[in-house]
Amino acid sequence: MIEFRIEPTTGVSPYRQLVHQVRQALLLGVLREGDQLPTVKEVVAAVAINPNTVLKAYRELEFEGLVEGRPGVGTFVTRSLVDSSLAAHAELRKDLSGWLEKARRAGLDDDSIAALFESTFRSGRNEGVA
Amino acid sequence: MSAAIETSAVGKRYGRAWALRDCTLTVPPGRVVGLVGANGAGKSTLLHLAVGLLRPTEGQIAVLGRAPGDDATQLARVGFLAQDVPLYSRLSVGDHLRLGAELNPGWDERVARARIDRVGLDPSQRAGGLSGGQRAQLALAVAIGKRPELLILDEPVASLDPLARREFLADLMELAADGLSIVLSSHLLADVERVCDHLIVLAGGQVRLAGDVDQLLAAHKVLTGPRRDPDRQPADQTVIQQRHTDRQSTMLVRTKQPVLDPSWTVSDVGLEELVLAYMAAPSAATVGRAAAPRLRSVT
Repeated sequence: MIEFRIEPTTGVSPYRQLVHQVRQALLLGVLREGDQLPTVKEVVAAVAINPNTVLKAYRELEFEGLVEGRPGVGTFVTRSLVDSSLAAHAELRKDLSGWLEKARRAGLDDDSIAALFESTFRSGRNEGVA
Repeated sequence: MSAAIETSAVGKRYGRAWALRDCTLTVPPGRVVGLVGANGAGKSTLLHLAVGLLRPTEGQIAVLGRAPGDDATQLARVGFLAQDVPLYSRLSVGDHLRLGAELNPGWDERVARARIDRVGLDPSQRAGGLSGGQRAQLALAVAIGKRPELLILDEPVASLDPLARREFLADLMELAADGLSIVLSSHLLADVERVCDHLIVLAGGQVRLAGDVDQLLAAHKVLTGPRRDPDRQPADQTVIQQRHTDRQSTMLVRTKQPVLDPSWTVSDVGLEELVLAYMAAPSAATVGRAAAPRLRSVT
């Protein structure tokens, strides 16, 4: 069972935090196929957030095909993310390390690198690329 | 299902001063509504009107489809926790429950007792000796014992320590998950962001912004870019707040369309930023009062 945390200071909406934490748990293998997510009532009682926020997060995860709501029973993980992506991690990490080295050689400091990544990531997302 | 609260041009005047003016709102049922605004903005007045403790000077208000405080049946449908958590300090916790049972025809002893047990209140203890958090929990138990359809709370957590506040809000959210409509006023915007899915911003006795939080956040963007004249913004963008340095402009705009101008960096707005902007904005920028959008030709 996953346990949620909500950080008020991150600027990330509670809904996004929930979705992110489930995805993260799936990626790391903390959650596996068949596992049950906490009920809406359990989540709101544990972290004091709006029940509709939890419903919305679960609906989003369902839309992505990661979980399935079974009426009267609960919400269950239908797909693991571990196998599909973990294999690619090593190579992507290598690429990224190479890129980071290149950026440092070009004279970028940590802040510049973070800013460049952030803005590229954002613009890619706005265009629906990433 | 009727709206939890529906007002039409409601105003309340004390002597010569209007505490609330021209307030038109529809709060759908099943929401957790955050009512925010500076002190004196009219929050308590609006809540007291909804409970039926005040009558409007002008306009109409309906709560769950009926005039507030109409009769005993209507009173039983709305629970209210006033700002100062009024309890009888000489009466015990158990006495308060007995009082609730005597005064409310639809009293549910099981629900009230379950709450008292869960938060660990001793029925024999006098209310005067309770901590702030315990007082709030007792008041909530009495308010919930009457099985209301709508619960109205005026700054319920203002005087609670962080732990008591968190527990109180978690309990409220459990009630919301069971379908109870909740309206609460608060200055704590982080709490509002956490627990509310509908927002009302009051300033100077007027509604500045109202709607479902998701839709409000989606309808606003923060634009940052080279300095420019706000009058040159497209007609479908209403500027709510703007800051300029000699080189840079930052604007919070309300718009239904995506912002396509490439010279702007467009970012989403947070709830706190949005609320503060509307609290500070001149009233011309309030919802529904924007200039009618001009038609623009598309080439």
